[in-house]
Amino acid sequence: MLLEINPLVLPDIGLVFWNTIAFIVLFFVLRAFAWKPMLKAIHDREQGIEDALSKADKMKADIAAMQSENEALLAKAREERATMIKEAKETADKMVADAKDKAKSEYDRIVSDAQVAINQQKNAALTDVKNQVGSLVVEVAEKVLRRELANKSEQESYIKQLADGVKLN
Amino acid sequence: MARMSVKSLLVATFSLFILLFSTVSYANDNPQGGNTAGEGHAAKEFDVTETILEHIKDDHSWHLWGHTTLPLPVILYSDKGLEVFSSAKLMDEHHEPAVYAGNYNYKTIEGKVKVVNADGTVDQTLSAKVWDFSITKNVASLFVSIAILLLVFLTVGGAYRKRGVKSAPKGLQSFMEPIVLFVRDEVAKPNIGHKYAKYMPFLLTIFFLILINNFLGLIPFFPGGANVSGNIAFTMTLAVFVFIVVNLNGNKSYWQHIFWMPGMHWSMKLFLAPIELIGVFTKPISLMIRLFANITAGHILVLSLICLIFIFKTVFASAIAVPFAVFIGLIELLVAFLQAYIFTMLSAMYIGMATEEHHHEAAHH
Repeated sequence: MLLEINPLVLPDIGLVFWNTIAFIVLFFVLRAFAWKPMLKAIHDREQGIEDALSKADKMKADIAAMQSENEALLAKAREERATMIKEAKETADKMVADAKDKAKSEYDRIVSDAQVAINQQKNAALTDVKNQVGSLVVEVAEKVLRRELANKSEQESYIKQLADGVKLN
Repeated sequence: MARMSVKSLLVATFSLFILLFSTVSYANDNPQGGNTAGEGHAAKEFDVTETILEHIKDDHSWHLWGHTTLPLPVILYSDKGLEVFSSAKLMDEHHEPAVYAGNYNYKTIEGKVKVVNADGTVDQTLSAKVWDFSITKNVASLFVSIAILLLVFLTVGGAYRKRGVKSAPKGLQSFMEPIVLFVRDEVAKPNIGHKYAKYMPFLLTIFFLILINNFLGLIPFFPGGANVSGNIAFTMTLAVFVFIVVNLNGNKSYWQHIFWMPGMHWSMKLFLAPIELIGVFTKPISLMIRLFANITAGHILVLSLICLIFIFKTVFASAIAVPFAVFIGLIELLVAFLQAYIFTMLSAMYIGMATEEHHHEAAHH
């Protein structure tokens, strides 16, 4: 036989037999007590690391989201504050302006009222003067008329006296 | 300095090895010289081939040192039934093969147990009927390697159970884990794909069994010294296991691609079927021969370099032979790992090819 040329390439049945048994035993024992727990542990650990990493990433993202949210809130608050200040200022300005306007119109009204009152009093005074002048004239005329009959010179001095007595005030 | 001391240690080891070696050859030579008086004492030519083959081949006893040999059980099965006896009975006091009268008269001829006639000639027909299931040197070494593997990996596996997932690996566990991860990530995953987990125990067992036997084979003395992974029976057995695993797990598309290649003209299909069918067998055969040849070649190389000293019959030859043997020894360490890796990787590749799912059926028409 060709194989018998070199004993090195002729497999011995004994070694094949024992090797088969040994390999099968080794395979099943190691599979049950070494490979499976080992591979499972390695797999579990890798899974754990992966989970932890993804969880950390998620948390990071969450924190970042929270931070941006906070910033947005802060910006909004700032904006609100600015608008509030602005509004308050506007209101204040408006109030001052309103007050000014109101004061001015009041002043105008008072002035015009005063003017009206002055005019009225002036007119009343003039009317009074006119009335008094009228009655005086009538009185003087009455007295003149009464004295005319008695004395001519006296009449004249009297008229003069009367005329002096008239106080125009 | 450390490197120097390692080197001198290696030189010392090899010198010791050589020393033992020489006494053995004397032990072998003397009785023969004495028996065959006709040839006189003209020292027998040093036969390199025979010496090297003796170290590479299997043996029924385990030579430890000098005249000390560890006898191993010889288990024979013949038409007269099973018989078990110590291999020491196959040797005389000079460590020469002797006839042992069991069910037949047995004698080891070139390392194999043969049936001999009364006149000392080998009875070929009867010898062919005797099945030798002996615990030979290789079988014993294989058992040693398996004991080491069991010890190591049961410890490691226990450590994973005990220490749980949360804690980091420690000691032996952390030494083995990267290798297991290497087999998983570099061998199984790229070649098999997502179904890799199912085949991991098989690939790991094959990888570590070859690796430990490669390493044990590199140790020149007990408990190494055997050449298990360089034995064709060992590589054949593993290749047969690979063959079985591949073909048992082969899916429809795998068989279809062998017997009726899709997408080809029918004449091409007829032409390809026998080639593909041969391919089914050549794959494991290539695995068998590759491992056997690589490991055996390495052993032959180291032994040849050591034999230079005996060929030149001068101790000064060791000045060249020993450094070269050390160098080859270092390369052999690499080869030991490489061959275990290649065997496992190719097994994974064949499994991957057999379980691959083809999604391009439509493209064939």
